[in-house]
Amino acid sequence: MDFLIENHRLLFHLWGIPIYLTDTLIATWIIMGALILLAVVVRIQLRRFQEVPGGFQNIIETMVETMDNFTKSTMGPGSDGFGPYFFGVFLFILLANYSGLFGLRQPTADLAVTGALAMMTFVLIHFRGIRMQKKGYIKEYFSPHPVFFPINLVGEISKPVSLAFRLFGNMLGGVIIMGLIYGMLPLALRIVLPDLLHAYFDVFAGSLQAFIFTILSMTFIAQKSTTE
Amino acid sequence: MDGRSFILGMSALSAGICTLSGLGSGLGQGIAAGKAAEAVGRQPEARNSILSTMLVGAAVAETCSVYGLVIALILLMANPLV
Repeated sequence: MDFLIENHRLLFHLWGIPIYLTDTLIATWIIMGALILLAVVVRIQLRRFQEVPGGFQNIIETMVETMDNFTKSTMGPGSDGFGPYFFGVFLFILLANYSGLFGLRQPTADLAVTGALAMMTFVLIHFRGIRMQKKGYIKEYFSPHPVFFPINLVGEISKPVSLAFRLFGNMLGGVIIMGLIYGMLPLALRIVLPDLLHAYFDVFAGSLQAFIFTILSMTFIAQKSTTE
Repeated sequence: MDGRSFILGMSALSAGICTLSGLGSGLGQGIAAGKAAEAVGRQPEARNSILSTMLVGAAVAETCSVYGLVIALILLMANPLV
């Protein structure tokens, strides 16, 4: 039962910091490969797309349109370009959560991955805030009264922290409970009983957390891009 | 008694107490789900927007119990006191 990430072997040193080959790294590269493969296949098929969609084209168009409409309805007007970005983030988190089904250790059960995803949202929130609100961006930190400045600052910092910990905690909880169950069961029962747990922790909680991560990122970014 | 084993035992105990943070978020999520069910009963056509609003609210309410879980894990696996 190993709940923490194992260091398989030393890869190289980066400015004196040892970089290890971990389960997370392997799973992330596999997921990246799958996503890039999907993108390349879609790009090749794009040439043969027709006016009236059918089959493969139908699926792709439905996915892209659903995500675009969802982004527009959540973020309001002026959300151009965020649809594809959030589609990518959503697909990555979804595949990362589902990868537990294929015997990989979910990369999202590693604080480094969720922290990186949350930092992306953090950077987007503040760059967009500065670009859209200009002076109002700084004014918002002193909004009801200058006394509230530390509270507002902590509130801004807690956004990415809570985003990262929510995804990490939920997926790690699933990993731990499943690890305990797998350790408890005799070998013959390991095929039947954990299926239900996989259905709940990987499929249900995984898709829910991916959805929640994207929708919360959208709301945070949309909050900062309103000009008042 | 050995100091180290005392610290370890108390850490295990406090990790169990950290799990109690699930109490509040469980109550909150239950209230949110109940209110959402009421809202759907009153306005069945707004079901989709009510569902997504409820999910986001429930996720935010869950944060504090996830913090409890993380603290319990730190106490059990990466104990800073020992």
